[in-house]
Parts: sequence; structure tokens; C-alpha cells
Amino acid sequence: MALLEVNDLKTHFFTREGVVQAVDGISFSLEKGKTLGIVGESGCGKSVTALSIMGLIPKPPAKIVGGEVLFDGRDLTKLGEREMQTVRGNQVAMIFQDPMTSLNPTLRIGTQITETIRTHTEMSKQDARKRAIELLEEVGIPRSAERLDDYPHRFSGGMRQRVMIAIALSCSPRLLIADEPTTALDVTIQAQILDLLDELRQEHDMAMILITHDMGVVAEVCDDVAIMYAGQIVEQASGFELFEKPEHPYTEALLGALPQLEGDEREIRQSRLTAIPGRPPDLVNPPEACRFAARCPYASYEDSCTEVEPQLREIRAGHWVRTAHPTSERSGEREPVNA
Amino acid sequence: MSSETSSSNGALLSVTDLEKHFPIRKGLLVERTVGAVKAVDGVSFDVAEGETLGLVGESGSGKSTTGYCILQLMKQTGGSIQFMGKELTTLGREELRRMRREMQIVFQDPYASLDPRMTVGGIVAEPLEVHGIGTRKSRTETVRRLLDIVGFNPNFTNRYPHEFSGGQRQRIGVARALALNPKLIVCDEPVSALDVSIQAQILNLLKDLQRDFGLTYLFISHDLAVVRTMSDRIAVMNQGKLVEIGTAEQVYHEPKDEYTKALFAAVPVPDPQRQRERKAERARLRQEARSGGNGSI
Repeated sequence: MALLEVNDLKTHFFTREGVVQAVDGISFSLEKGKTLGIVGESGCGKSVTALSIMGLIPKPPAKIVGGEVLFDGRDLTKLGEREMQTVRGNQVAMIFQDPMTSLNPTLRIGTQITETIRTHTEMSKQDARKRAIELLEEVGIPRSAERLDDYPHRFSGGMRQRVMIAIALSCSPRLLIADEPTTALDVTIQAQILDLLDELRQEHDMAMILITHDMGVVAEVCDDVAIMYAGQIVEQASGFELFEKPEHPYTEALLGALPQLEGDEREIRQSRLTAIPGRPPDLVNPPEACRFAARCPYASYEDSCTEVEPQLREIRAGHWVRTAHPTSERSGEREPVNA
Repeated sequence: MSSETSSSNGALLSVTDLEKHFPIRKGLLVERTVGAVKAVDGVSFDVAEGETLGLVGESGSGKSTTGYCILQLMKQTGGSIQFMGKELTTLGREELRRMRREMQIVFQDPYASLDPRMTVGGIVAEPLEVHGIGTRKSRTETVRRLLDIVGFNPNFTNRYPHEFSGGQRQRIGVARALALNPKLIVCDEPVSALDVSIQAQILNLLKDLQRDFGLTYLFISHDLAVVRTMSDRIAVMNQGKLVEIGTAEQVYHEPKDEYTKALFAAVPVPDPQRQRERKAERARLRQEARSGGNGSI
């Protein structure tokens, strides 16, 4: 049995403007020790997915209106706040994008780490402090015993993210959810943090969900990748498969929109990037058709996908896609995407 | 691309030994200067007309400060900036104001760089008004034309910035920068706040505008892939200093400086197979740096 199994999860926001279907029926599973990348642009529902698993969505206005989140066979959506608190931190931990705001500026780093440890275990103050020093060492903070008494403002962005990781790891969770963990960091620091996360994941045999908008980060870290668009998963496959043979027009366009770092000079300078025209649909009133149809270069009016939503289907073993026009079934010339 | 020359060495913009030091002061009543943050420290480069020079570096490397000094939005503490054959650092107010018609800026954050109380039309027309160009009527015409050029619906001139998405707002910012028909545009992280698909739209737009109007860009960004698609030549900054400058080809394929190498190795590319190799390369460089005795990266 998979460590985490999300089935048809629906998280909606009940606002004055209407019901925002932020996450609308997503399913995936994650094995022990594996890494899943969830990729998408702003507003696609990737963070809400993470918060729903953690039971951290703001209620109201948000509510999980359907589906289940099975962690080790137990449905987390059915747990009360009390029970959820024993899961959070102990079993499932999360780190956030902004290490500048996720630490309390008025408390010493040491206090913030030992607090977490002592909430979840019976450890004495001294033991918790010892454990905190070990943790800081493990995440690569030099002179960890001294740094324990510093306040967050004395740490750089990268170091703060290391502290956050130390806190997340303090109770040896089996699943770590990292929501854009390196977006606020410089690339050289990003590389360090990604290396660190990978090392720790292997050492602790931890599963990880990495949420990001950066295709490069996913390519580096993840075993499996899910592409989200307008509250749904539109494509899911192993990392190698997805980058080599993307099937969904949206995934294709996303990859085409990326400026290339490597490759032939002249080609890079002269080629145009694939821009995706238009913008994602309003999630208060999503179209009944394929949610990408309005921006899809392959959808035409005769197509059923402009009226009926295509279902997620397995196009190759382990490769799922939700579109009427997957790359491998398209005949003839590729139509150009107009910017 | 024309190759019209304006400065002694043929460059449109020539920066020599540019220096911007911020004093560090101590003391409550009697302030004294105890040191300086050398935000920009002896930076020199030329930009030819019609060319794009990419300026890359991490946060705090001094790349934006360099851009601000060139536009004289910030006063340098040393060095010289020659633009169209004129020394900008010694120009008087009035002369500088005239020179500003030739050099404009596009900012990073399209949410913060547009006045929320002004209409789109007002924002784009403002530079024209400030410089007293045209009549009210001709300005309205110009604004519509500019918006059309940047792919923004000209019928929305009476709307406000908050009604538009990030990409649309950045188009307004670009239209405003184009209004005075400048020679040089400093693009300060123009796409960092945008999603990739929108980012591609704006980068394509900037390329088209350069081709159509012979614009010269100083393109500042932390994103090496973005800089590569945009730039003819690339300058790499680290801690206020320019550590490497060359054609895009040279800098990307045969970086000479150790920092440049580490910087490039750190960028993840969207290809799992390739990324494995790059990761190994990164580990090797780090090992080298450690055994070489400078463990800064």
C-alpha cells in the first residue's frame, strides 16, 4: 500500500463571488521514500493541495468538499483537529516558500526547534536542546551550539530555510511537503538546499512532495511529476518519461516557454519562446469543456473537448494525461502556437 | 541594427570604474562613518547601439544599483558614465532631464511600479506630458499606438492597473518606457514576477521591439537562462565587482571565472538525464573550491 493516497480530492473556497473550485478532483499516490513533484503556474491549486493534505486550509472560507487523503490507510480529512495535530509534525511535516516569514522573529532559533520537539515527544528540556544542536548540524549550520541562541534575523535566507528544514525533520516525519522551498533563494543557495533535501530524504527514507513552478527543480529532484492546471492534474508520469515525451499540450507549451540555458547559441538567440495565449479559466465558473481548450492550439470547434471535459487516461504505462489531443495521437504537422 | 557611433570608442553607453559606496554610520549624536558597503566597486563595460548586454548576478551583487547609477536615478560615488557621447555624471539638471528622453527603465514588479490611482492612458502619457511632447490630442493618439505596439488593447486606456494581470501590467510598463522613443532601455528583472508562459510573452515582445525600433537594452536579471535568450553579450557581477564579461557564447561555454562556473552549474535545467550530469559537475566544482581553499560557494 502506498504511504499517501489522494483520491478525488476537492477543496473549494466559499466566497462572496461564488464557489472557487481551487482543487477539483485530484488523485495521486506516493510510495515510501519517493519524491513527487507538483508543478503549475500561480493559482493552479498546487499549494491548496498541500495545505489540504496537512489540514491547514483556512476554514472558512475553504472546505474539503469531497475525496479522501489516505495516509497509511487513515483518512486525514476525517480526523479532528486534535488528532490531526499528532499527525502534523510527527508523520507529515511541511516547509514553506518564504523562510523570512515562517520563523517567529521574536523567538530564538533554539526555542523554536525545542518547542516543536517537546510538543510531539516527552523529551526533557536538556535532551530537546541536545537534539536541536544535532539537527542544526545535520542541516549544515556551522557552530550549531552557539547559533541556537540567535534570533532569526541573524541568519541569511538560505540558513533560515535550513532552520525550517531542521524543525520539519525534528520528529522524523515520514512525509515532507516542501512548498516552493527554494523560490526565494539565489540559485547557488537553491542548489545547496536541494542537495540537502535529497540527502536527508535518503537518510531518513522519507517521502517528499515538492511543489514548484520551476521545471528545472523538478527535473533535478523528482521521481514522479504531476502537472496541475486550473485545479486539476492534467498530466502525470515519471520524471524521465514526462520530460522526454510530454503528452499534454499545456505541458508541451510550458516546456517550450522556458528559455534554454544550454544549446546552440544561434538557435537560442533566434528562436521565439512559446507563449501561451490567454489566461487560465475563472475557477468560480470553470468551463464544462476541457479547462485548457480555450488556450489549446490543437482544440477546434468541431472537437468534443470544447464541450465535454476529457477524462484522465493512461496513455502509456504509468503515464496519465487529461486531453483529447495528446502528442502521440496527433497526426500531421504541428500547428504553430500564436503568441 | 544600425552601428551609429556616439562615444569616443564607438559605444552608445560606456561605463568606466563605476563605484557606488554606501557609508556605514555609527553613533547617535555624533555620527561618524566607520566603513562602506561597496555595492558597486569599479565596474566598467561598453554597450554598443542596438545590442543587448545582459547583467547577471545574485541578490546583492550590485546589478540593479549599476542600472540605477547609469540612469542617474542614484548618484554614483565614483567613475564615469558616457552616454551618446555625453558624460552623465557631471550634467546639470536641465541637461540630464533632456538626456532622460533617450534612456528609460522597465521595472521588475508590475504591481508596484504603476501608480494605482492613474488610468492606463495616464500612465503611458505621463512621460510625454513631462517632456512637453505633442498636444493633448496627439498624445492620446500616441498612447493608443504605443499600447497597440505592446499588445495591450488600446480601448482600455480609461481603466486602472489593478484590473489587469501581471503580464498585461508589464506591457503597460513597456509602453511607458517606449513613449519617448528612447535609445536605451534598462530592463531591471522585467519578468521575474511573472509565470513562465507570461514571461515568454514579454520576452518575445522585448525582442520584437528591439528588432523594430533598434533599441539598446541593458538587461538585468538573476535568471541565467532568461539572460541567455536575450543577450548578445553577458556581464557577470558578484559582490559589487564585474567578474566576467564576454559574448554570450564565451561566457556560457567557456566561463573563466570560478564564480561564473559555480553560478552556471547551480541552475537546474528541465531535463532529468542532463540534470544528473550537471549535479555531478556541481559536486565536483564544490569539491575543487573546498580543496582550493576558498569555500565561499
